[in-house]
Amino acid sequence: MKPTRSLIAAALGLTAAVAFSVVAEAKTTLNALFMAQAGYSESDVRAMTDAYLKNHPDVSIKLEFVPYEQLHDKITLAAGSGQGYDTVLYDVIWPAEFAENNILADVTSKIDPATKSAVEDGAWTTVYYKDKAYGMPWSVDSKYLFYNKEMLQKAGIANPPKTWDELLVDAKIIKQKGIVEYPIVWSWSQAEAVICDYAILLQAYGGKFLDENGKPAFNKGGGVDALKYMVRTLKEGVTNPHSTEDLEEDVRGVFSSGKAAFALNWTYMYGMANTNPKESQIVGKVGVVAPPGVDGKSPIGTVNGAMGLGIPTSSQNKDAAWDYIKFLASPEIEAKYAASSPPIWKSFYEEAAKQTRPDADLMAAEAASFNALSNRPQVPDYQQFSARLQQAIQQALLGKATPEDALNAAAADLSN
Amino acid sequence: MESRGRLLLLLPLVVVLLAVIGWPLLDTFWLSFTDARLGGQTGTFVWFDNYLHAFRAPAFRRALFVTVVFTVCTVAAEMLIGLGVGLLLNMDLKGQKFMRGLLIVPWALPTVVNAMCWRVIYNPDFGALDAFLQQTGLIGTYQSWLGDPDTALIAIGVADVWKTFTLVAMITLAGLQAVPQELREAAAIDGAGPFKRFCVVTLPVILPPLTIACVLRTIEAFKVFDIIWVMTRGGPLDSTKSLSILVYQEAFSFRHAGYGASLAMLSVAITMLLIGAYSRAVRMQGVPR
Repeated sequence: MKPTRSLIAAALGLTAAVAFSVVAEAKTTLNALFMAQAGYSESDVRAMTDAYLKNHPDVSIKLEFVPYEQLHDKITLAAGSGQGYDTVLYDVIWPAEFAENNILADVTSKIDPATKSAVEDGAWTTVYYKDKAYGMPWSVDSKYLFYNKEMLQKAGIANPPKTWDELLVDAKIIKQKGIVEYPIVWSWSQAEAVICDYAILLQAYGGKFLDENGKPAFNKGGGVDALKYMVRTLKEGVTNPHSTEDLEEDVRGVFSSGKAAFALNWTYMYGMANTNPKESQIVGKVGVVAPPGVDGKSPIGTVNGAMGLGIPTSSQNKDAAWDYIKFLASPEIEAKYAASSPPIWKSFYEEAAKQTRPDADLMAAEAASFNALSNRPQVPDYQQFSARLQQAIQQALLGKATPEDALNAAAADLSN
Repeated sequence: MESRGRLLLLLPLVVVLLAVIGWPLLDTFWLSFTDARLGGQTGTFVWFDNYLHAFRAPAFRRALFVTVVFTVCTVAAEMLIGLGVGLLLNMDLKGQKFMRGLLIVPWALPTVVNAMCWRVIYNPDFGALDAFLQQTGLIGTYQSWLGDPDTALIAIGVADVWKTFTLVAMITLAGLQAVPQELREAAAIDGAGPFKRFCVVTLPVILPPLTIACVLRTIEAFKVFDIIWVMTRGGPLDSTKSLSILVYQEAFSFRHAGYGASLAMLSVAITMLLIGAYSRAVRMQGVPR
C-alpha cells in the first residue's frame, strides 16, 4: 500500500509539533501541592503564585489543591513516581517520617541564622528533625476558642471562660436559658482533627502524649482527665453530639450559622465567620481568645499546627522550587494574607502590637498561644500512633468504652 | 494464516495487559512475602509472616466482616429493587418512556459525586434526610447517620444501592423484552396467577442475564473503596473500613508495603473465588433448558 501525500503531510506536521513542544519546554515548570481548606485559601495561593510569576516569566507553576486528609498520602505516593511535585505543603507532624524515609530534601544549608532568629520559635518545629531542616515554615497556627459574643451577652456572661470548668458552667447556663441547644461544637471525627482538640485539653490538664523514653503516657494523669472532660461535656448535653462526625469545616459551618456558642478552630475561621456575610450569619459577633487552661495545671491549651513548604527529593527543579518557596514565605506576602493564616515572622506581631486593629483579640490570642505551643509526638510512625489514638478517643466519645479502658488499650498496643 | 493474523492483532492488547496488570500483580505477590516499606526500603524475605499477621489481626477480620456484610446486603437490595422496578416499568404505564430514561441518571452519576451528594443529604445539622424525617414526625431530633458506628455502613449502603439498582433494572427490562408474549397470555388464559406466571414464564428468561449481573456486582461491591472513602474514610470507629480501605491505609498511610501487599493478595484470592462463580454462571447460560 503506497503512503498517500496526506499521510506524509500528517507525519511531517506531527514531527513539527513535537519539535516545537520540545523547544517550548525550555520554561521551568513547577508542580506544587497545597491544601484546599483552612490556612491560606485556594484563591490566596493562586494570587501569591500570580504575583511570583509576574516577576519570573521563565517559570510556569501548576497548582494542585487537596483536602488536608489527603495531603500526607499524596506526598508519600508522589515520592515514588518520576514526575512528582517540586513544592509541597506539609504538616508539623510529618517531618520525622519524611526525614527518616527520604521524602523531603535536606535544605539546612539554605536557611541562614538571620532567618532563624526572625521567625517564631514554634514555627521551626515543622521543619527541623534531628537538627536538619526539611523545608521552610509557611504558617504557624494553633486552635483558639471562638465564642458568639451575642449569646454570651444574652446569658449574662461578662467574659469568655479562662478555665475548662468555667467553660462547662458557661455552656450549661447558655443551654438552660434556651439560647442554643448544644453550646459547644468540636471536630471529633476519626481523623487528625480529634487529636488536635485532644492535644489542647491534654496540655491544659498537664498531660503528655509520650514520656521521656518515648513510651505512651496519655493513659495516665492529664491524658485521662482530658478525655474524661470531653465525654462529660457530651453526657451533660452541652456538646453537639454530631461533633464525632465533624471536621474543622463542619465546625465552621455550625458556628457560623449561629448553632453554637463555643468552638475550637484555626485562625482561618475568624475572618470567614466575623467579616464575610456570604459565609456567616453571625458577622460582627465573633470573639476569640486563647483556649482555656486548668487551675493548678496550665494557664492555656494549645496545639502546634504549623505547616511548612518542602521540596521532595525526587524534584528536578530544587533551586527554582526554593526560590518560589522563599517568595511565598516572605514577610510581605505573609503579612498580606495574615487573616487566613498567622505569619511566621516575629516582626509582624511586633508591628501588630503597636497598631489598633479590628482583629486585636485574634492577635492577642495568637500571641498568648505562640508562647506556649505544645507539640504532638515527633516520631517517624506518627500516622500509626495517631490512628490508634483516634480509635481510642472515639471509642470513649461514642460510649463504647470508658476513657481509662480505651486509652489503656491504645497505650498497650502502641508500646509494642 | 487466518488464526496467525488474529493472534497478531491480539498481541498489542496482551502486551499492555501484561505490563499494566501482570507485572504489578507479580510484584505485589513478591512484596507480600517481604517486610518492605514504602519509601525505598526493599525489605527482607519473611515468608508467610505477613499472612499469619493478617489472620491474627482483628483489623483484618473486622474489615473482612464489613466488606462481606456490605456486599451481601447491597447486592441483595439492588437485585430485588432492580428486579421490581424493571418489572414495573415493563408494564404499560403513563410516562413509561420518561421514567425509563430517568433510570439512567443515577447510573450516569460518577460514584464520587453520588457519595458527596449523599453526604450533604446525611449532614446531621443541615441535611435534607433529617429535615424530612423530623418534619414528618418520624424522628424526634436530627440523627448523625454517618457518625454512628451502628448506622454508618447502612447509610453508605443506601447511597450505593440508590445508584446501582438502576443497572439491574435496565438489565431486567432488556431481558423482559425476550419473554414470549404469547406464552404469558396463554398462561393467563389457563388460569395461572401472576406469581406463577412470573416464576414459570418470565423468570427462566431473565435469570441468566440477572445471574451474570449479580456476580459482576458482587465482585464490584467486594472491592468497594471510593464511596466509603468519600463519605466516612472508614470511620466512625472503623465500622465502615472495607478491605480495600484497610489495604490503602496499611500500604500507603502506614507505609507497610509488604503487609499491605499480603492483604491485597488475600482480597484477590477471595475475588478469584467469586470469579469462579461467574465463570460457572456463564457456562450454565449456554446449557439448553
